[in-house]
Amino acid sequence: MPSKLAISYRNVTRSFGTLTAVDDVSLDIAEGGFLAIVGGSGSGKTTLLRLANRLIEADRGTITVEGADVQSIDPVALRRRIGYVFQSGGLFPHLSVADNIGITPKLLGTPATEIAARVDELIELVQLDRTAHRDRLPEALSGGQRQRVGVARALAAKPRIVLMDEPFGALDPLTRDALGEDFRELHRKLGLTTVMITHDMTEAILLADRIAVMRGGKLLAQGTPAELSASSDAYVQDLLRTPRRQVERLNALLPQSGAA
Amino acid sequence: MSFFDDPRWGEALSHLPDYLGNHVRVSLAALALGLVVSLPLAILTRNRPAPRAILLALASIVQTVPGLALLALFYPLLLLATSVTLAWFGVSFSAFGFLPAMLALALYSMLPVLRNGITGLNGIDPALIEAAKGVGMTARQSLVMVELPLALPVMMAGIRTAAVWVIGTATLSTPIGQTSLGNYIFAGLQTQNWVFVLFGCFASALLALAVDQLLGLIESGLRRGNRPRAGLGALGIAALVAATLVPTMGRSSSGYVVGAKTFAEQYVLSALLRDRLQAAGLEAAARSGLGSSVIFEALKAGDIDLYVDYSGTLWANQLHRTDIKPRAELLAELKAALARDNITLLGELGFENAYALVMPKKRADALGIHTIADLAAHTATMSIAGDYEFFSRPEWAALQKAYGLQFRAQRQMQPDFMYAAVASGEVDVIAGYTSDGLIAKYDLVALDDPRQAIPPYDAILLLAPKRTGDERLKAALSSLLGKIDIATMREANLRASGNDANSSPDAVAKWLWGKLGGR
Repeated sequence: MPSKLAISYRNVTRSFGTLTAVDDVSLDIAEGGFLAIVGGSGSGKTTLLRLANRLIEADRGTITVEGADVQSIDPVALRRRIGYVFQSGGLFPHLSVADNIGITPKLLGTPATEIAARVDELIELVQLDRTAHRDRLPEALSGGQRQRVGVARALAAKPRIVLMDEPFGALDPLTRDALGEDFRELHRKLGLTTVMITHDMTEAILLADRIAVMRGGKLLAQGTPAELSASSDAYVQDLLRTPRRQVERLNALLPQSGAA
Repeated sequence: MSFFDDPRWGEALSHLPDYLGNHVRVSLAALALGLVVSLPLAILTRNRPAPRAILLALASIVQTVPGLALLALFYPLLLLATSVTLAWFGVSFSAFGFLPAMLALALYSMLPVLRNGITGLNGIDPALIEAAKGVGMTARQSLVMVELPLALPVMMAGIRTAAVWVIGTATLSTPIGQTSLGNYIFAGLQTQNWVFVLFGCFASALLALAVDQLLGLIESGLRRGNRPRAGLGALGIAALVAATLVPTMGRSSSGYVVGAKTFAEQYVLSALLRDRLQAAGLEAAARSGLGSSVIFEALKAGDIDLYVDYSGTLWANQLHRTDIKPRAELLAELKAALARDNITLLGELGFENAYALVMPKKRADALGIHTIADLAAHTATMSIAGDYEFFSRPEWAALQKAYGLQFRAQRQMQPDFMYAAVASGEVDVIAGYTSDGLIAKYDLVALDDPRQAIPPYDAILLLAPKRTGDERLKAALSSLLGKIDIATMREANLRASGNDANSSPDAVAKWLWGKLGGR
């Protein structure tokens, strides 16, 4: 077990009216870990993610971030400390790529020259073209480029933790694969702790170290992909069936390299 | 003479700095006040559906009140307010002119600003507001950095709508004493001076377009982050304001203000009075187009210094009397009553402008009608038209009672159109004015009133309380008292109703003075 926890949920519950979105969930994310939360729509996975930076408040239970109870931290300060990548980017349409990326450092009062340098560095880091993209408005970018800007923005204030809400869901398969791989590399290189939501078990297996499965607000199972495949839960097995069948069909349909 | 050689264009142009300047000042002040109140309200209620609905409903109700009525309402409202502040704090302010006009127009500007502000702020993708929170913005930062910039185009569209409405509606502030481009329109309509009407309409339309374009420049500049562009728009608005402030700089407020109600005779008489004062070396200006309920209060409050009213009007409206007395008695009693308000009834001009039942002479002769008593037998098959206030005035009730008049139908009409309507047979009888020149022009006859149901309406000269002891003023006016007979006034009014270069109030006033033996 790694010694320190980046995020820890203890018996956390959150309801919206009569709907219990997150139901008594306990979950730990180790520092440097990459956790994927997998579940269908309405499973409570987005609520669980947003509880971590207090975009949503818990009704019961305790959440700690890097050892401190989130209730003891000012929510605005907490959010500036944690990177957040929104579904389909969440970029501000009236701000340029550079201004979008630099927004959190600006809120933190970082000097403009420092922000500019940081923005350049991040544009390189997420493999965008500084001359072509820096001063564009988001509407002039492709979906994949926008999501790269979204990732750069989340990393701008040098957070140690990044939360991602279905970051690659709306992208075409090629872009999605490339972006996923690139992010995994960033995660490793920067020593981030990453929590990513996805409804796609294949993506979760390919990118994350550990996977948590949510259904109806409950945490059904958690562990490495290998641990998960040993789970006796029918729903978890259902979720794992898809990547398995895909692998079989792909193996049958595509000639194995070097096998001919 | 071609259309544009008409000297009335020149006369219209000479009023432009004054009218336009006042119009811009009251419109922009109203718009600014409307914005200062509405934008924060839109922001405060953006996430509160209940107060938002109430606010929008209230603003919509205000919008359904006709502009003219809204403006007129603010006058008595402010009179009440100033009497309260005077009683409680010993401070009074003028309920006349700028203040009521500005407040009413500001209220009028609120709906589009509120509605578009709220629509703009509520139309923002909730995911973006969530993103603003997520990157670490406070609620205030989210508002300033994300919500307001995104709502800007919709908000600016509302502001532009409000600007156009306010500038258009400001033309209706003339009757409550605010000089505006409406002065052209009111004066033009009353004296059938279509050059003035056209001039006023075009000027206010051009002003509305110009302000709309400048606001559009600010909007597109802000939206594209193009500061010079937005700055140019702002500079344009500022220049407009600055330009309109210039004409007022040199103008002193010590001069005499001559009031006039909204009909031709009043325009002519106010021009005549002004000319007399100026001839006596006094500084004087006419403030015309005032509503008949506004003008007396304005005199009482000292917002105007003098004007001509009619004894019967004051008898009914100010003294609230419904009994009718012989001319001399009524005048004496009126004079005493006005003196209690420190208003000086300087004297009569010599003619009477009373209500009279008027019909075509030929028809009256054919039917053997000479008096209202003769008319009574025919009214069951006849229709009658009167001005906007006649049928609610005590004279009408008195006439009906004294002669048992029962008309088949009654209609309200713009006074200038009544005479043509009765001449053409569109209505059978009108409640006209004895001094109106159109009676002779259309060959009409004013029926006698043997039972004296209609009180005397002598034209009388009134002076404001602050002018009670002003002997120079009284001396300057003395040459007019008792000098204007009904035939002369009718002819003057007929001239003023023409649509040519000699029909402007100023020209007719000069003619009238010549006719009175002056030079």
